Amino acid sequence: MTYLAKPRLFRPDTPKNALGYTRRDYEGAISTLCAGCGHDSISAAVVQACFDLDIEPHRVAKLSGIGCSSKTPDYFLGNSHGFNTTHGRMPSVLTGAALANRGLLYLGVSGDGDSASIGIGQFAHAMRRGVNMTYLVENNGVYGLTKGQFSATADKGSKNKRGLVNNDAPIDLVTLALQLGASYVARGFSGDKTQLVPLIKGAMRHLGPALIDVISPCVTFNNHPGSTRSYDYVREHNETINRLDVILPKDRITVSYAPGELRRIVQHDGSVLCLRKLHADYDPSDRVGAMNYLQERHALGEIVTGLIYVDAGAQDLHHYLNTVETPLNALGVAELCPGAKTLEAINESLRHG
Amino acid sequence: MRVTETAGTAYYHRVVDCQWACPAHTPVPEYIRLIAGGQYTEAYLINWRSNVFPGILGRVCDRPCEPACRRGRIDREPVAICRLKRVAADMREDFAPLLPHPPARKNGKRVACIGAGPASLTVARDLALQGYEVGVFDDGKAPGGMMRTQIPKFRLPDGVIDEECGHVLGLGVELHLGHEVKSLGAMLDDPRWDAIFVGTGAPRGRNADLPGRKEAAAHIHLGIEWLARVAFGHTEKAAKRVIVLGGGNTAMDCGRSARRLGSADVKIVVRSGFEEMKASPWEKEEAQRERIPILNYHVPQEFVHKNGALKGVRFQIVRAEYDEAGRRSLVPTGEPDVFLECDEVLVAIGQENAFPWIEKDIGIEFGRRGLPVLDPATFQSSLPKVFFGGDAAFGPKNIITAVAHGHEAAISIDLFCRGRPLDVRPPHGFTLVSQKMGIHEWRYDNQVSEEGRKQVPTKALEKTLKDIKLELELGFDPLMACSEAERCLNCDVQTVFAAKACIECDACADICPTECITFTTDGEEEDLRGRLKAPARNTAEPLLVAGPLKTGRIMVKDENICLHCGMCAERCPTGAWDMQKFHLETAQAGKEAPRI
Repeated sequence: MTYLAKPRLFRPDTPKNALGYTRRDYEGAISTLCAGCGHDSISAAVVQACFDLDIEPHRVAKLSGIGCSSKTPDYFLGNSHGFNTTHGRMPSVLTGAALANRGLLYLGVSGDGDSASIGIGQFAHAMRRGVNMTYLVENNGVYGLTKGQFSATADKGSKNKRGLVNNDAPIDLVTLALQLGASYVARGFSGDKTQLVPLIKGAMRHLGPALIDVISPCVTFNNHPGSTRSYDYVREHNETINRLDVILPKDRITVSYAPGELRRIVQHDGSVLCLRKLHADYDPSDRVGAMNYLQERHALGEIVTGLIYVDAGAQDLHHYLNTVETPLNALGVAELCPGAKTLEAINESLRHG
Repeated sequence: MRVTETAGTAYYHRVVDCQWACPAHTPVPEYIRLIAGGQYTEAYLINWRSNVFPGILGRVCDRPCEPACRRGRIDREPVAICRLKRVAADMREDFAPLLPHPPARKNGKRVACIGAGPASLTVARDLALQGYEVGVFDDGKAPGGMMRTQIPKFRLPDGVIDEECGHVLGLGVELHLGHEVKSLGAMLDDPRWDAIFVGTGAPRGRNADLPGRKEAAAHIHLGIEWLARVAFGHTEKAAKRVIVLGGGNTAMDCGRSARRLGSADVKIVVRSGFEEMKASPWEKEEAQRERIPILNYHVPQEFVHKNGALKGVRFQIVRAEYDEAGRRSLVPTGEPDVFLECDEVLVAIGQENAFPWIEKDIGIEFGRRGLPVLDPATFQSSLPKVFFGGDAAFGPKNIITAVAHGHEAAISIDLFCRGRPLDVRPPHGFTLVSQKMGIHEWRYDNQVSEEGRKQVPTKALEKTLKDIKLELELGFDPLMACSEAERCLNCDVQTVFAAKACIECDACADICPTECITFTTDGEEEDLRGRLKAPARNTAEPLLVAGPLKTGRIMVKDENICLHCGMCAERCPTGAWDMQKFHLETAQAGKEAPRI
């Protein structure tokens, strides 16, 4: 960490996006996390993704729970809406916000403790309900704020900083998300932004629940030889299944690969996910295949990263509930409270059902 | 790309842009930090060691450091380095007790310096401190050379010259004023001198040989001669309407002096375009501020007179054309000639070297433009015991270049007198010291100032235009000096990277305010420069390349835009980055050269 704010001095050729913003305009307050924390890299990746996608900062709502990870929304998108909820309760608060105002982009930021322990029920229901959100888990395998106890995602057999071995089986949020109906599931690594930034971009342009599990080494408590979440371990055991490029409808597609190598998936909003395959037989539209593949690789001690599953035709909670197109917060009193007569009519219609 | 070699002085010296640009390699950031901390005497001493005349240079230096200043590339304007130097001179306390003393026992060698300008006095100082007996000969009435005769007093008061020349002479240097050396041959025959240094400058003003020049000679003066007469009070009035020919700093000084000597209408007229004029931008601004118009693309054709009484100057109007090689030629536009009325003309179109006192047959070869043939590194002439420096060596430059020549010539003379080879030069010394004191504590102020450049306060123009001896600038006060000093980016506090300790967590690349750090795959320099997080388009500035790292990638840092804020080092979990202060101790006479 550092105490100083970044100086507002720019290099003369600082790039600007279509809105005229620089990358620095998407930053937040200076981080108070430990020096070298993987979470800071994820913050930088979010900044880059929002810059690249020409997102207006005031169209984003970032919500989080409690933990090192959940502090990070303070460190990016300083001009966006934010809500720091109670521990593990980010998904339900976000669901409420998303129902009230469907006009915003929802970014849920959570950690392995916040989502796999205290908030696992909330996590599960947000996924299965199909809330239109990007759910970012900054997963370091330990409770960093309370001095490095194993979290629920720590691998069985891995060691903590003092040499104690973890005997509990790990929860894999990616597998859970696949099982619970998430329509965009990916895993990234904070130490590889070329992979992570497009994964975030794809998720932010996806309709439906998008989970990105980001392995984020805790440099203070979980970056030692016995750890399976250290920079070295993750780099050695990283099994990257594909490389993603996200192409917006306004952009010309210039990616060129040999036939069969590239797969194009068009999302709801016209954005194109260009997937460069690194494994010939991996099909990211096959949910069952994806789950099997994850289990096989996990048994070999490998960590699968990349876009694991995507259903470009998925729908979201608003569709299932058949809500109005206009965000609820933009409706007037007359529309929201149509009066006793209308209620009577609705009740009447239900009696004859 | 090759991993950057940072051992020794070459790389770290190169990236301290101001110090690299300074011919005398003054440790600029170091003395600026001292000024910010109110340690003016220490700041002055650092300057004194490097450039001998801090008070003079703090007023009239050509400031090659300022266009090089990194602040100018990342902010609107560079740090006001020159005027901060003046602060050190203005506010220092008595530093006589801190000055080095010449050894009590002399080494028995004697050196004569001809001319008492900046180059000669630098040689004299460096050698006197090593136990040499030095004699300085000058035909003038006071030491200082062109600093005294050509620079107007409203820019550089005599008191400053007296004081700083006095520091050199106080080291036991013998000064012979009013002593014109008429024959180098005679000096060579004098067994007293083991070596002779020629620092006689470029004393001859170039003439404008145009029709009417002879007839109207009483009203047409060579700029530097006129300035010298003004300096010594022999000329006290200028004509009502004055035209200055020329576009260098001397022309600006002529114009501004004429303005102060009662001329109501002064024009500076120059052949070239305004942008290509030789004068420093700030000198042009000063002239314009004093309501002296600068007319460009005017080529003088004729001094128009009536029976020797000057009426004015006729000019041809030209425009600049550039050929494929970028060479400029001035082509007449075809417009009718312009006639400008005036009563007096000052010709400041350049200076030339002249050595009428050096006999042709004593073994000193002369080459182009009447300049001596010298070894460019040692300043030795074709006669081994004679050395040249300053404007006398390679033609007119500036004071700080003359000082730099003086240092090198002194080293050569020292080696020569000790019978050592001149081409094996003593190496620069340096220190590289970590500035870390705690997790967020550094021995330098790493918070980058966002203040703009401070303007030096001046006396009221009406007042200074009436008195040519009244110094125009007041200099910074302590608060302004501190604020300006804080703008320095501390480029000498180097970002030292230890590739072995790096775990590639990206923390440094993420926090860097100017995005100058990139972790990427290796490649050739040109390709690499193009694909950095912030493409490094200024190829004049080097890249710091380290690696290969654990993933096989390399770390590339573009020195061009680094703010030296130390955020990379504060965010680094493994101490792979450290901020270390690089201090260059330039070699001076007396330093041992390696033995081969």
